[in-house]
Amino acid sequence: MAPFIHRFAGYSAGWILAIVPASIFVFLLGFVEPISNHGFVQAVIEWVPAYNLNLSFFIDGLSLTFGLLISGIGTIIVIYSGAYLKGHHHQGRFFAFILMFMGSMLGLVLADSLLVMFIFWELTSITSFLLIGFDHTRQASRRAAIQALVITNAGGLALLVGAILLQKVTGVWEMSMMRGYGPALQEAGFYPAILALFCLAAFTKSAQFPFHFWLPNAMEAPTPVSAFLHSATMVKAGVYLLARMNPTLGGTYEWTVVLVLFGGVTLLYGATLALRQTDMKQMLAQTTVASLGLLVLLIGIGTETAIAAMVVYLIAHALYKAALFLIAGIIDHGTGTREITELGGLRGLMPVTFFVAILAAVSMAGLPPAIGFLAKEEMYLALMNPNAWSIAVLVVLIVGNALMLVVGAAIAIKPFFGGLKPTPLKPHEGSLALLIGPVMFGLLALAAGLLPDVLGHYFLVPTASTIYNIEVESHLKMGLEIFLNPMILLSVATWVLGALMFWRLDDIRKILRRIESAVRWNFDAGFDSVMFGLIRFADAVTRIWHHGRLELYLIVVFAALALALFVPMLVLNGVPSVPQFPQLTFYEWGVGLIAMSGLVAVLIARTRLIAIVSLGIQGFAVALIFMLFGAPDLSFTQFMVETLSVVILTLVMTRLHLEQRDSRVLEEVLRDGSLAIICGAGVMLLLMSVLQHDLDLRLTDFFAQTSVAIAHGHNIVNVILVDYRGLDTLGEIAVVMTTGIAILALIRIRAGGPKRRVTTARKRAGAAQKTSRTTKKEARA
Amino acid sequence: MNTVIFRTIAPVLTAIMLVFSVFVLLRGHNEPGGGFIGGLIAASAVAIYGIAAGVTEVRAALKVDPVSIAGFGVFIAGCAGLVSLGYQVPFLTGIWTFFEIVDTEVAISTPMVFDIGVYFVVLGTISAVALALEEDEGEH
Repeated sequence: MAPFIHRFAGYSAGWILAIVPASIFVFLLGFVEPISNHGFVQAVIEWVPAYNLNLSFFIDGLSLTFGLLISGIGTIIVIYSGAYLKGHHHQGRFFAFILMFMGSMLGLVLADSLLVMFIFWELTSITSFLLIGFDHTRQASRRAAIQALVITNAGGLALLVGAILLQKVTGVWEMSMMRGYGPALQEAGFYPAILALFCLAAFTKSAQFPFHFWLPNAMEAPTPVSAFLHSATMVKAGVYLLARMNPTLGGTYEWTVVLVLFGGVTLLYGATLALRQTDMKQMLAQTTVASLGLLVLLIGIGTETAIAAMVVYLIAHALYKAALFLIAGIIDHGTGTREITELGGLRGLMPVTFFVAILAAVSMAGLPPAIGFLAKEEMYLALMNPNAWSIAVLVVLIVGNALMLVVGAAIAIKPFFGGLKPTPLKPHEGSLALLIGPVMFGLLALAAGLLPDVLGHYFLVPTASTIYNIEVESHLKMGLEIFLNPMILLSVATWVLGALMFWRLDDIRKILRRIESAVRWNFDAGFDSVMFGLIRFADAVTRIWHHGRLELYLIVVFAALALALFVPMLVLNGVPSVPQFPQLTFYEWGVGLIAMSGLVAVLIARTRLIAIVSLGIQGFAVALIFMLFGAPDLSFTQFMVETLSVVILTLVMTRLHLEQRDSRVLEEVLRDGSLAIICGAGVMLLLMSVLQHDLDLRLTDFFAQTSVAIAHGHNIVNVILVDYRGLDTLGEIAVVMTTGIAILALIRIRAGGPKRRVTTARKRAGAAQKTSRTTKKEARA
Repeated sequence: MNTVIFRTIAPVLTAIMLVFSVFVLLRGHNEPGGGFIGGLIAASAVAIYGIAAGVTEVRAALKVDPVSIAGFGVFIAGCAGLVSLGYQVPFLTGIWTFFEIVDTEVAISTPMVFDIGVYFVVLGTISAVALALEEDEGEH
């Protein structure tokens, strides 16, 4: 739909299309009140009832918060990209992709059934692949898209396996019902495997160390996508999964260790790398990695306060990260560069952007009165335990938060203060469509910080209760007393540390860059080597198996067939006894003779053309046998198929320019001939052993009795095809059509322009043989 | 292959085969026949006409690309299956109506539509392949 609307409405399509996510947002907003009063909404559509599989969706605190973030930020993103990508020739396509992405993300958080969630999970991978690679003429874009797809999809497969294992243990697919299985599940033997698989899925999706490198590369996507990807959606899916699984899998020693360890490393690593960057988007991307690490760490700690902190930080991060990304986009749009070292003095020229940047950065830095401050206080409160373990994590948190403050300050201050620097474009303020989003996010971050009761009652409590699985109480407050508790000292320590680092930012960056060039190897390069290794490996395998000699392929296929026929028969002692030959009537003898003469004719045929026609004789004889023994339908089909395959084979033959005669030498004739005889004998023995048992007539009786009564048809074969097994037939005709298209493609490749004809004659011969075989196979099907 | 007799007789033969294929298709539910065989017959008719009159003429006579015919077949077969959803029964359940035209009971059903879909798929695919092969030969 989106490209069509775009065609008519032009770039203002952004405003029109934003109605879709906006209405979803308003719809979800209606659930806020009931959900905060312990409500729970569920919708179930039967999918495969036989396997107890349902398309089930539900809304609880967690999915509602996520749903609101996705649709709310999504609305802004759509409006923003209307202006940001104004005049881009694929803007319509972009809208379609981003709405698809939004839809799959919403499905992901609203799904109750794990399998449904898996499907949406993979859909987000695919749509983000399309979005990251949106600028597909650039090689860097394509590489980033493939990298994101490979990594997140690997995680997706882990999720599928994990989900199946989990279902085996609990017996249900619905996550809302799995909660009760927590302790029992953790006793079960599968627990470590399930935990590892789910962690792999979540870590790849949420860019945890050591899978973090795809996320900064995904910056190749247009800025609105980055904003969306980072603030509300895909990368948070892993965090969502962990939060959702906390009641089921969480609370154990392994859970805490794995999550805290990986989260902590990701936090520090991401934040440190952010300092190294000078591209605004890259800086923000690295801090997203850090923030995701922080979220995972908080889930890992898993106490009531930690979960509350995680929820507040989740909302805070979504708001300021979206705002900052959009600001980076506006600056890029307005000045033509995102390099923070090349920008300065924009304060007067872009006043609104400047104002919002300050708002968002205050939240990011965790300064009062923004929501980021609440999140930080809550985090420190969660670790107020006098043991070594807590103190270690606390130190990690303080350093991480200080690093984030540095980046926030750098983005809010560097481009706007100081002397005006020359930029590629003359700096100008963004338009309404560009500014409306960041302004709203910035104000919301402020409002949420100033109204902690609303935030606590409507969002924190329902969400945290879902994750923690026990009712959580909100103790968020904002007022003078907050400055009188010990956490404020930790906050002050964070700010001081951050301010110090900001002061020496350029030096730190130099040192970090020197380390980077000294080490040389990084995970990104590692990914490349793995991918190249894979390609080389595939190449080697292909050289062995796809040697390109058709007759060898055929020999392998038929030798395998012979083995498959004879080995079970000999091992299981199932060689049939020789049956009684029935008395044949003269016409039955006649048909047999025709078939035999057809075969003899094939063998003595002088040219290939005659051999093909003779093969047809034998086929007609088989059709006659079908007719004599009461299968008119089958014989009818056989007649037609034989005719057509002779016609098509002849057509192929006439253009192949093969030698007229079979040019095989004697050994080859013997080899192929004996293989053919062995296979034939095998099939014959198999059929004979089948015939030695009495036929099971239950199905025959069933069809004979019901075909007229239920399906109103006397022709049982047809009734089975179009009625009883309609779905099979539907699949088959789809296959027939697809095969047809594939054959056409092969023929067209060979046709490939009159000039190349002569040179490609040899290749064409090979492809034509393949074609003819496919055609025959398909016709027989 | 391209004799005068063949070229003269081919259009007639093609017409007869096409009519016959429709006959086979429609009676398929009660007598030997059905969409698959009907489609094969129709495809042979197209192939014969192609050999006699040349591919360009067949394509002109068909008006649409054979692959589109096949796609259309899959589409209406799928639609035939969807009809049952309107009756609150599973996908692809046969829905039947009977009415009389001049003392003859005529049955219209979704399996029949489905079978017609099969017919078009077979017709479209096989004739697409046959025409493509003939085409290449003709250019030599």
